[in-house]
Amino acid sequence: MNMPPPATVWQLRWRRLRADRAAMLGAAALLVLGLGAAGAGVFESWLGVSGVETDLFSRFDPPSAAHWLGTDDAGRDVVARLLRGGGVSLSVGLLGAISASVIGTLIGATAGYVRGWVDAILMRFTDFVIGLPWLPMLIILAALDLTKLGLPAAFVRSGGANFWRIVAIFALLGWTGVARLARAGTLALAEQEFVYAARAQGASPWRILSVHILPNAISPVIVATTLAMGRIVLAESGLSFLGVGIQPPQTSWGGMLNNALDLIGTAPALAIYPGVMILITVVAINFLGDGLQSAFDPGHERR
Amino acid sequence: MLRFLIARGGGAVVVLLAKSFVIFLLIGLMPGDPVDLLMNANPDARPEDVEHLRAIYGVDQPVIERYARWLGSALHGDFGYSRGQHRPVLEIVLPALGNTILLTGTAFVLSTLIAVALGTVAGIRRGTPLDRAINLFAYAGISLPSFWLGLLLIYLFAVHLGWLPAGGMPRPGQAQPAWAYLVMPVLTLVIVEVGGLARYTRSAVLDVLGQDHVRTAHAKGLAPMRVALRHVLRNALVPVVTVIALGVGHLFSGALLVEVVFAYRGMGRLTLEAIMGNDYNLALVCLLFTTIMIVIGSMLADIAYAWLDPRIGLEGRTRR
Repeated sequence: MNMPPPATVWQLRWRRLRADRAAMLGAAALLVLGLGAAGAGVFESWLGVSGVETDLFSRFDPPSAAHWLGTDDAGRDVVARLLRGGGVSLSVGLLGAISASVIGTLIGATAGYVRGWVDAILMRFTDFVIGLPWLPMLIILAALDLTKLGLPAAFVRSGGANFWRIVAIFALLGWTGVARLARAGTLALAEQEFVYAARAQGASPWRILSVHILPNAISPVIVATTLAMGRIVLAESGLSFLGVGIQPPQTSWGGMLNNALDLIGTAPALAIYPGVMILITVVAINFLGDGLQSAFDPGHERR
Repeated sequence: MLRFLIARGGGAVVVLLAKSFVIFLLIGLMPGDPVDLLMNANPDARPEDVEHLRAIYGVDQPVIERYARWLGSALHGDFGYSRGQHRPVLEIVLPALGNTILLTGTAFVLSTLIAVALGTVAGIRRGTPLDRAINLFAYAGISLPSFWLGLLLIYLFAVHLGWLPAGGMPRPGQAQPAWAYLVMPVLTLVIVEVGGLARYTRSAVLDVLGQDHVRTAHAKGLAPMRVALRHVLRNALVPVVTVIALGVGHLFSGALLVEVVFAYRGMGRLTLEAIMGNDYNLALVCLLFTTIMIVIGSMLADIAYAWLDPRIGLEGRTRR
């Protein structure tokens, strides 16, 4: 008799995730958004429109063959701006969530593995960061003068620096949840026999953490990272709406909404599209996150 | 109880001092400094004037000494003057604080009641269309940008229907009653806040539903309503109340976006204006007050947790 090889735990998880319609819908939506953002340049040259160049002769154009959703108050193509804004939102969300998770995993795993006073200090610090007012902190970090920290002025003034500053802000403030999860997972796993066995064989702490503990503690971290990405997309749009996030000429959905606030009486449609895009993106990310959660933890009732 | 409060209060004071120092540091990293700004306003200033002013303002001192000086006067109730409005900072902050407490307090009470009710119903009626409808609503709440929801409400109720003012604050002699200015900001906050809390309540209810004592209660023939209220909700509320209390401070600071959209004169909007206007003293006090709200919230969470769950003693609280 020929038995198929037994499925690995990751294959089982992947099967469960694939069977989850909401999660797959979310993943597909994110894929479409990502492809759209990557193809923004191609889209613009195909239709001969621009999401950046202002054209004062075609302000507030209605939807047409070239401008599918019309133009804004500066004559820029709305679809092109939505695609560009999607790229910014997704990359800030993804990079911010991943870097925050890396920081959180390092801090949490260290605290849970070393324990003692290191644990006490790291967790006090985590509580400290959790207790900071999130939104005001984001705003003040976005407003800091980085040259006072010794960064070269030429870099600080450059366009790319603004993008990386926003990513760094989310990494600096967003790691706390993952740190707690990683710590709890590490604490529980460090007591297991296979970890004792590895230690008895003389494995280094680094090897024990990276080979034996983290791979087993990673699933809640992946779920938390996904859900954090949704929150970061929301927060980034909020910061850009306030004018302290992504700066022009880079396009962001929050910035488009800021622009639309003053035009709500004359061009209400401009206030609709970016918000719908944010909503779709965040719902898609949350669907995927919830799907990952039930795929990783099938015994648990779906929340 | 008293010992617990004293110990917890002492801890809170230490945390608050540490936080105020971090905020002080960050404010110091904002663009420019008070003397630069004075100099910009006065083209005749000579270099020795600058040095003199720096000494007067203490800008040339190390940060720890500046912080100690600031803390000393703050403890005497002197928080300095606002650079932008030329008034004592407290005179500006206190009315805004009242406005934000009114806004977030109303939203807090409403969203808590609605969320706990919806979450409990969804948990008990799991899998029914009602559960799915509540879940959808909750999903929208956690996925909606609050400021966009605010924009939509402005368009619907102010621009299109003309029922409510688009924003701003009530002033004497206006046609609209004072409460009309609160309706849309409160509604926005409630919709956004209910989502996460209702989901959390639902999962807490589901956790309790699976426990033996609930099955026993059903088995001995108690009315379903009585089981739901006395045996399920009561136990499910322990983690929920903690989350609610922890959320107080974040609701307070998160109202910033809503305040900006509706031009509501609250702490959030003031904080934003102070940071954008390099109004150091004002920004410092705004952030400090917001942080105090969060510290109070987490203290409330601890007390509520210990009070609701007798297994956790007030003295020997285990770290979560």
